[in-house]
Amino acid sequence: MMTLQEIKKSLFTSLWFMFLTFPIMVIKVNTIEKTIEWRWERMAAVGLGAFVLSFVWRYLIQRKEAGKKRAEVGSEDNVPLIPRLMSDRRFYMPGLMATIVMVVAFPFVFSLYQTNVMITALIYVVVGLGLNIVVGLAGLLDLGYVAFYAVGAYSYALLNVHYGVTFWMALPIGAALAFLFGILLGFPVLRLRGDYLAIVTLGFGEIIRLVLENWNEFSFGPSGIANIPKPGLFGLDLSLQQSTTFIYFLMIGLALMTIFVVRRLQDSRIGRAWIALREDEVACQAMGIDKTRTKLSAFALGATWAGMGGVVFAAKTTFINPTSFTIWESIIILCVVVLGGMGSILGVIVGALILILLPEYLRAFSEFRMLIFGVILVMMMVFRPGGIISDVRRTYKFEGLGNKAENRGE
Amino acid sequence: MKAVLEVSQLTMDFGGLRALDHIDLEVREGEIVALIGPNGAGKTTFFNCITGIYTPTDGNMQLMPAQGAPVRLNGLKPNKVTENGMARTFQNIRLFQNMTVLENVMIGRHCRLHSGIPGAVFRPPANRREEKQIVEDSYRMLEKIGLTGYVNEFAKNLPYGAQRRLEIARALATEPFILLLDEPAAGMNAQETKELDDLIVRIRDQEQVSILLIEHDMKLVMSLSDRIYVVDYGKRIAEGNPEAIKNDPAVIKAYLGEEIDA
Repeated sequence: MMTLQEIKKSLFTSLWFMFLTFPIMVIKVNTIEKTIEWRWERMAAVGLGAFVLSFVWRYLIQRKEAGKKRAEVGSEDNVPLIPRLMSDRRFYMPGLMATIVMVVAFPFVFSLYQTNVMITALIYVVVGLGLNIVVGLAGLLDLGYVAFYAVGAYSYALLNVHYGVTFWMALPIGAALAFLFGILLGFPVLRLRGDYLAIVTLGFGEIIRLVLENWNEFSFGPSGIANIPKPGLFGLDLSLQQSTTFIYFLMIGLALMTIFVVRRLQDSRIGRAWIALREDEVACQAMGIDKTRTKLSAFALGATWAGMGGVVFAAKTTFINPTSFTIWESIIILCVVVLGGMGSILGVIVGALILILLPEYLRAFSEFRMLIFGVILVMMMVFRPGGIISDVRRTYKFEGLGNKAENRGE
Repeated sequence: MKAVLEVSQLTMDFGGLRALDHIDLEVREGEIVALIGPNGAGKTTFFNCITGIYTPTDGNMQLMPAQGAPVRLNGLKPNKVTENGMARTFQNIRLFQNMTVLENVMIGRHCRLHSGIPGAVFRPPANRREEKQIVEDSYRMLEKIGLTGYVNEFAKNLPYGAQRRLEIARALATEPFILLLDEPAAGMNAQETKELDDLIVRIRDQEQVSILLIEHDMKLVMSLSDRIYVVDYGKRIAEGNPEAIKNDPAVIKAYLGEEIDA
């Protein structure tokens, strides 16, 4: 209930803001005419704005608290909306059909530019799902994930420049190299967790970028590598439009494969071990799980998808240089995972689409992009810390096995 | 009776502090042994040493499985210790909070199975069978412990007593022949403690495991244990059956202190 007290609190906030912004918003000194202009109307605007925002904020927080209480009381329908829709065939089948039609028709309906944007988004879907293994499932905060993306991209670019390796050969090679680098990074960080792990992985990402930037003989330095061939299709000569469409479908295929594999991994002995590792490292080991192997496999498998994403990225842009692989890129991918919903496949897909497509279509507000981004992140962490679509654990049914009566040992 | 766990001269130093001072301990087949002592005596340190979480400074630890050669535990990682047949629970409950009750037990089955990454991705028949088997075995384990009503519940949403029992179920799922329980009755009321007493005896008889437990609830310890070890300031001060321990002057002194003009 919004009481008088709430209004009072909001009023106080607004007064405080008026006071804080007073020097910059109200007083304007004209140094030429040596006069001071008092813009009181601005103060009123600040006061009103702060009051309304603070009020809305309080209201939302209250609603959230109320929601929590309702969930605690416990009703059948506290399963989130989207998973509930997903499990209902009436919604699921038509939804799936519509998605398929949309996905297939996309490059033929929309322009080349739109298709290119979508390809980028799909690359982020794949890479995000890879990072989801490391961060979402195994709970290892990796801030240098872009390094593996760079490994993939550069392995295609360099192999092509030196040995004329084609895209189709480079895809598995890039994945394998990223896998190896994943293990390489995995070893030194085996003993670390939490903040320490984040810092070391951050360093690793920077090392890879700096090596690429400075080792001119190896990577052609900051000038990068140009004229990387687009993927071929049985030696056919493709126009720009056709080859973009082809890459689009290639990415769709890769994304589907990623979803398939990650889904199966998640719901397997390995996947459970990852989640257990995330939940409690000591207990996980005490229950007979090999921590070393589990961590390494998470790092290596996560890196593999980044490697593949990198190869496609190089083929799509036909030009790469180290500026594509900065820490900023790692953070975007991490945001995809966190915003979408850690550990949730659908969440990561939605997260990638939102985070990549929105900035493209909101170019008009590009100056405010970072501001909006920041606000969204803060709001998400306050109101939906589990992400847009949070992970739902699999449930099992046991009709055939014993009595399903209330065996709660009471 | 044959010994299943043999610890000799176990010593653990944390910097200059000697947490365990040449402790000898033995658990025999089918026995329930209690390890007691005042707070800070080094009981949990002892558990952490023999389960590989700490590396002891000195001493010998050996597991003797019913079949096969004895296994030296020194330097083994915690997961290897568990693989060799010694499982444990924790004093401050360490369940996998955001996994379901069933999944918690399934994690316990992990070390007895082998499917790897290709198995997970391609799901050959052998792998499907294994998965089905894990689910079934885990469910049976929950039946034994009496937790099937909570199968799909998150571990964190369980009542306290049920969480303690789930820890035991998870440890048992690793098929141990010796089970270490670190204060299983902590925070339980009298009724729950009584049930726990029955449960531990039942586990010992049905699963053929030996049990070593740390406990502060003296009533439980006295009624349950075949033998008791008492430690104080890292030293073993007494060993024997409950009756002997009750009247041991060293034990009384450790727990109640000394009369000034004795």
